[in-house]
Amino acid sequence: MTNVLAFAESRGGDLRRAALESVTAARVIADARGAEVHAILFGAPGIGAHAAKLGAHGADKVLVVEHAAFANNNPEAVAATIAARMGGGYGAFVCAATATGKDIAPRIAAKLKVPVASDATQLAVKGGTITVTHPGYTGKILLSLSLTATPAVVSVRPGAFLPNTNAKAGAVESIGPTGDPSASRVKVTETATGNAAKLDLGDAPVIISGGRGLKEAANFKLVEDLAAAFGNAAVGATRAVTDDGWRPHSDQIGQTGRLVSPNLYIACGISGAIQHLAGMRTSKTIVAINKDKDAPIFKLADYGVVGDVVEILPVLTAAVKQAKAAG
Amino acid sequence: MDVRFKLAPSGKAVDEAGLKFDISDFDGYAVEAALQIKEKLSTGEVAVISLGPDVVQETLRKAMSMGADRAVQLKHDGAPVDSFAIASALAAELQGGGYDLILFGRMSIDTAHGAVGAMVAELLGLPCINAISKLEFEGRTAKMRRELEGAYELVECTLPAVVTIDEGIARPRYPSLKGIMAAKKKPLESKPAQLPEARLTLGALSLPPERSAGRIIGEGIAAVPELVRLLKEEAKVL
Ligand SMILES: Cc1cc2nc3c(=O)[nH]c(=O)nc-3n(C[C@H](O)[C@H](O)[C@H](O)COP(=O)(O)OP(=O)(O)OC[C@H]3O[C@@H](n4cnc5c(N)ncnc54)[C@H](O)[C@@H]3O)c2cc1C
Ligand SMILES: Nc1ncnc2c1ncn2[C@@H]1O[C@H](COP(=O)(O)O)[C@@H](O)[C@H]1O
Repeated sequence: MTNVLAFAESRGGDLRRAALESVTAARVIADARGAEVHAILFGAPGIGAHAAKLGAHGADKVLVVEHAAFANNNPEAVAATIAARMGGGYGAFVCAATATGKDIAPRIAAKLKVPVASDATQLAVKGGTITVTHPGYTGKILLSLSLTATPAVVSVRPGAFLPNTNAKAGAVESIGPTGDPSASRVKVTETATGNAAKLDLGDAPVIISGGRGLKEAANFKLVEDLAAAFGNAAVGATRAVTDDGWRPHSDQIGQTGRLVSPNLYIACGISGAIQHLAGMRTSKTIVAINKDKDAPIFKLADYGVVGDVVEILPVLTAAVKQAKAAG
Repeated sequence: MDVRFKLAPSGKAVDEAGLKFDISDFDGYAVEAALQIKEKLSTGEVAVISLGPDVVQETLRKAMSMGADRAVQLKHDGAPVDSFAIASALAAELQGGGYDLILFGRMSIDTAHGAVGAMVAELLGLPCINAISKLEFEGRTAKMRRELEGAYELVECTLPAVVTIDEGIARPRYPSLKGIMAAKKKPLESKPAQLPEARLTLGALSLPPERSAGRIIGEGIAAVPELVRLLKEEAKVL
């Protein structure tokens, strides 16, 4: 009755890290209640091959739903299948608050006639109540919210529940979809999967971000070079830069872009407007390079360097390469 | 300028003294997108709806000064955080309204659930496309672009439908003086919101830990060796 269903997100036939994070967060609830975690994995035929990995990260059972119409995002059919399964006696549903997770969680909650506690950075379980911490007001206020609905529908902030090895049985059960997944009212006509080798902003422990101070789109090569020197870095941008088409909107960090919280954030030629800070102020260590010593970003930066970013970046890239090589 | 919020003494609300209320970012984009559709089709009506205390009348007037034709306030004096309760009250009002397209923001700025739009769609039995950054029509087919992490998808759907709006659609226009005058005469209907019992409630608010004050470590390329040393030895990120 109290088992927890965790959404195992996949894209393009691969498991996303969000899948392991949702299993990890689901374990917090299940362990507090002496219950099991069941992961639910959707995809085109063959996706079931990833079930073992979910077991290794804490899933007692893996429900595999294979159908050609799950090759692309199919939120209507995914939500219908999960809501039907939840009716069979789960106490909670957990997914990561990624684009896909945020797309399905409210649909499932509404079908079950319950609210959703979104984007939780912490979870505490006491009896039938789950208390979540959730950043609101553009990250400036932490809300502590009590969820008393049954079942509980929760999404967790990417990066807040880091996957750990926690081997459980991972018994595989194949189940069928609810309704016909090919009959969704919303048709996906094209998916650009992006560069699979590229680290996503949400996953990268290091983010190098560029702003208008880079002067021209071509200079983003300097930012990419520094990211490559780190090896575990993704590239972000300000709205000034995505507006000008130098970078895609999906690279934008801030109030109306992505919210990120990496170990290291290097802001290159970024003024530090409040809407940008809203997306990165919780980064662990912040470095800023800006030619204006009064730029607001320096109020926040652990390490500020005043100067021309176009001149400094190649030197920094060389020094990082050297430091990496020296171990 | 950095804005700092203060908490009310109860610890359960934001101190609203000195705060100016405005349409939230994504809702501004949604209002603008709706107005552009109406202008392009040269027909139709744009209605705006908000659930909240009387201060929301200001935002509804602003939307009408941008060009919306009429407004509805579902009056509620608390600050509900239960997304399902809010969605139920909105859906009850929207039900039977004959709307071809219902636009929401991708998320609100205060509670930031990113949930209400898709919930209303479920309650009304309409298809929902979340977080769209482009919207075009071919007859009654909407063609849209959705942003994912590091990727996007193109999707299609027949009206009526619910969409939630990401950045990229349209920047909200500034109301003209003429628009502001006209808005004063446009209908704003206020009626009580019918909210079911809340099962997601606010316990407490807190401010995130302050960052220590920033520090400038040097100038130009001469500062690079010291930066790398600090990243390695102090921050331990290299
Ligand atoms: C509703 C709304 C939502 C928004 N959402 C977002 C959001 O999500 N994300 C976001 O980023 N912005 C957002 N913005 C925009 C935001 O207000 C700023 O305009 C934007 O962040 C500025 O980007 P920037 O720092 O690249 O450019 P600028 O503010 O122009 O700053 C450029 C900086 O580069 C420095 N510089 C110039 N030349 C050099 C050089 N050679 N070397 C080193 N430094 C140099 C300058 O000193 C300056 O500080 C939003 C705005 C609004 C109104
Ligand atoms: N009280 C409300 N009144 C009207 N619309 C709302 C209300 N709360 C949320 N919404 C809409 O739902 C969107 C998502 O809100 P949320 O789920 O709180 O992030 C907002 O951008 C609004 O478009």
